[in-house]
Amino acid sequence: MNDIYTGRLVRFSAYDPEEMGKAFSKWARDSEYRRMSDARAASLPSTKQTIKFFEKDLEELSPAVHFFGVRTLADDKLIGELVLDVFDWAGRDAFVGLSIGERENWGRGYGTEMMDLMLRFAFTEVNLRRVTLTVFEYNPRAIRSYEKVGFRHEGRLRQFLNKEGRRWDMLFMGILREEWLEQTMERES
Amino acid sequence: MFDIATQLFDGQDIRFGPIDYEKDPEIESKWTHNAEFMRLYEFEPARPMSAAIVKKQYEKLEKKIEEDKNLYHFMLRARDDDRLIGKAVVSRIEWASGNCQLRLGIGSADDRRKGYGTQALKMLLRFAFAELNLFRVTANMAEYNEGAIALMKKFGFTEEVRRRQSLERDGRRWDLLVFGLLKDEWLNQAQA
Amino acid sequence: MKDLFRGELVRLTSEEPELRAKHEARWQRDTEFHRLADGDPAELNSEKKIKAWTEKNIESGFNPERYPFSIRTLVDDKLIGFLGLWLNLIHGEAWVGIGIGERDYWGKGYGTDAMKLGVQFAFMELGMQRVSLGLHEYNARALKSYEKAGFKLEGRTRQDMLREGKRTDTLWMGVLRDEWLQLQRGAKP
Repeated sequence: MNDIYTGRLVRFSAYDPEEMGKAFSKWARDSEYRRMSDARAASLPSTKQTIKFFEKDLEELSPAVHFFGVRTLADDKLIGELVLDVFDWAGRDAFVGLSIGERENWGRGYGTEMMDLMLRFAFTEVNLRRVTLTVFEYNPRAIRSYEKVGFRHEGRLRQFLNKEGRRWDMLFMGILREEWLEQTMERES
Repeated sequence: MFDIATQLFDGQDIRFGPIDYEKDPEIESKWTHNAEFMRLYEFEPARPMSAAIVKKQYEKLEKKIEEDKNLYHFMLRARDDDRLIGKAVVSRIEWASGNCQLRLGIGSADDRRKGYGTQALKMLLRFAFAELNLFRVTANMAEYNEGAIALMKKFGFTEEVRRRQSLERDGRRWDLLVFGLLKDEWLNQAQA
Repeated sequence: MKDLFRGELVRLTSEEPELRAKHEARWQRDTEFHRLADGDPAELNSEKKIKAWTEKNIESGFNPERYPFSIRTLVDDKLIGFLGLWLNLIHGEAWVGIGIGERDYWGKGYGTDAMKLGVQFAFMELGMQRVSLGLHEYNARALKSYEKAGFKLEGRTRQDMLREGKRTDTLWMGVLRDEWLQLQRGAKP
């Protein structure tokens, strides 16, 4: 039995609403972080508000939502978060979303590994049949990362976002269980 | 062409109307007891709802409309006798980016194929583009929903995303299709 | 597209709280019904209590792990019982429970028809992989009915119930998705 929560660079951790709330509020002060991970207009929530948000999340535990903090193996620092949200149990399809808080941690392979671990969790622990994600056209680093992990392009909502005076598409990507199994077998052989 | 006196809520045979708490819950409850309606209107598993449940949903809906301010809900009512025929929704409005999701349902199979869907979508698009001043609208549907897909084609929507095998019903997997229409595209075909 | 809620003898419904409470309070007063249906000691819940409990459920909204139905006959639209599905979403297993409260409708195929609808719903709408149930060994009528609906006897927990001074077993039954699909194909001419 493998440890599904641990990779080579990072591991999933249970989140503590207070720690997560403080981290989130701090990360949100970098509007680029915010714009990469959220379509809504950027805002600056207080730590009090974000802690309350995460506490509420914990209360409403449901089998549909799996939320993790992500820590580096090297120095056990909380660097990001990941959510798996099963929106359709009959179809066994879930949305996945992740973010890495500080720009010094961008482009270091953390996101790719996080997504890799999340897919293993989704397919072997939650027994899903597919995983879906959306990503913004202006986030090519993320798009490349998801392609590497195995997601296929499924289309784009044209001119969905309006930021910095121009319009941007929102891309949909998806991976089926069969596709993930095949590539996992290839990788392991 | 767009005259301030134009009626937003009046179609040829149907019109948009508010929720009638006295009459509507029972009618909508009856729709939900037919799994076909539920499977066309919702992605979630079909479930029948008592009038009490429908009424509670209306209450929660109106509260959400008040609080979130990113949602508009219309009942479709027959012009002649105000009979409840269906519903139309503009939801998930992202004001900063000017986009939203549209949803439309005709409750009873007897009322489908009568052109009500076309009339309703025409009014809904006008509301989204000329009243809410949005830039684009999105609509999601299952690939088995032929009626909805035909409506999309009629109004010039583009199939933008195919979420492969996202749904499962009757023991087989179905794609979830996402359609989009931009304001300029709507203006062109509205003028035509 | 078939109407999943309609069978040959019965249909599945969602009833108004007041009507449901009235019927269920009356059924509960029939001890034989209660002892066939339930393991808990027979109790007498008032209409008011049942109604309040139903309304509380409505207030808290839909639970994707629970699908409660009432059963009405097609021939005379009579409310005769209830059927409920409890889902283990991660593992794709549905537990089903059924009770026909109206004695005049026992032994006439209504329960079997309702159970068939319940099983079909679990497989064809909820995407479940198996449906499970438990019954008392002294409920011979139910055992026959469930077999007709496709369930196989899988085991028994010995002497786990004590009633009227006698110890009895609980029987456990299940039907797998593939088995059920086979049955459907076999049934078609």
